[in-house]
Amino acid sequence: MNADRLLDAKGLACPMPIVKTKKSMNDMETGQVLEIHATDKGAQADLAAWTKSGGHDLIQSTEENGVYKFWIKKG
Amino acid sequence: MNSINKKIGGLVMSVKEMSAKEVARKVINKDELFILDVRNESDFNDWKMEGHNIEILNTPYFELLEGVEDIMDSIPTNKEVLVVCAKEGSSILVAEMLSDAGLSVSYLQGGMKAWSEYLEPVKIGDLTNGGEIYQFVRLGKGCLSYMITSNGEAAIVDSTRNPDIYVEFASKIGVKIIHVLDTHLHADHISGGRKIAEITNATYWLPPKDAEEVTFEYSPLDSGNVVNIGNTNIDIVPLYSPGHTIGSTSFVIDEKYLLSGDILFIDSIGRPDLAGLAEDWVGDLRETLYNRYRELSDNLVVLPAHFMIMEELNDDGSVAKPLGTLFEENHGLNIADEAEFRQIVTGNLPPQPNSYQEIRETNMGKMTPDDDKQREMEIGPNRCAVR
Repeated sequence: MNADRLLDAKGLACPMPIVKTKKSMNDMETGQVLEIHATDKGAQADLAAWTKSGGHDLIQSTEENGVYKFWIKKG
Repeated sequence: MNSINKKIGGLVMSVKEMSAKEVARKVINKDELFILDVRNESDFNDWKMEGHNIEILNTPYFELLEGVEDIMDSIPTNKEVLVVCAKEGSSILVAEMLSDAGLSVSYLQGGMKAWSEYLEPVKIGDLTNGGEIYQFVRLGKGCLSYMITSNGEAAIVDSTRNPDIYVEFASKIGVKIIHVLDTHLHADHISGGRKIAEITNATYWLPPKDAEEVTFEYSPLDSGNVVNIGNTNIDIVPLYSPGHTIGSTSFVIDEKYLLSGDILFIDSIGRPDLAGLAEDWVGDLRETLYNRYRELSDNLVVLPAHFMIMEELNDDGSVAKPLGTLFEENHGLNIADEAEFRQIVTGNLPPQPNSYQEIRETNMGKMTPDDDKQREMEIGPNRCAVR
């Protein structure tokens, strides 16, 4: 999946993955896609809920060897 | 500390830390407490802190990153305020923001993770010849476990995952753990039984019918055998009482207490479906509750392995009631018609506990997840009862 920007939030504990995601999104244009890598398991449900409440679109999420990847399209 | 002490208009507003133990005391004392739970909505709806005088508001932390202005009006200024999240990181962030806005608030140390694991020891009573019985109340998850002592020796029943709590408590009161027993193979929490037995060289007892697939050595609890502790007559008499699981066993201690496991609770009864088919075991459950238990003395104090609602707690934090009272008050013991009983017990089953299959396999020794994974498997409410 093509992303316009990559955010490496591996090793960061809650709330940092979302704080950083939000910051990155602020600098992006509507329709652009942010790819996020995180290792905090809580990020899964929280990012999905945050995306929804913020009017963005969680296009895809995967988990591989303890790394969670998310692709969020800015709304 | 500097980072969390803020100076506001000459006043120092600080963010305080509150331990799970302090919260437990507040819950038991029915103190007033306002909780701002900043976890996401689905985690909150699945499981949250409860108490008689606890008021709770859920606003996820990620909706507060821009500021806390929107919720300021919802937070009382005349009550103690506690911010909680899953582990603690987000609650510190939000607590600091509230502090910046002029409120004096605390956050829960270790978050809901710590709350899920905290055990409050409550003394239930004295036994003949100087023994004692303690109940360990796991307020966050509703699990109840027991320590029975006599003459310097102790038995543990239905322990929760962390063995240290029991080992340290035993050492504090000066007793040696020699027997560890589980009333059944648990499906809602990971038993600490095997670990406690390893640490203390105690004997680990399990009902053989629940233990057919276990991968480790244990001593079989058969109906009629007596597990002694101390030099006195404190006998633990196992009573085969299937229904929740095929092997479920109850213990009668000192002819005074009935440890009913997950068969009978204060305000509900066990569910028969967590290790097989409800239809197969509902008959056993009925037989146990309506015949086997009927033959016991009404004066026995029932000490179950769980509670479901805060109303089941007595004023001292214990969960205990005479069997005779339960025969009068517990709805599950008062369904005369067998068909209706079957329908109620098998037709109204709540969702199964989180990860219950994995928890069962862990308790059988078939899988050994690491600590974090075990903790995560246990997060959430227990759902062992039918009401």
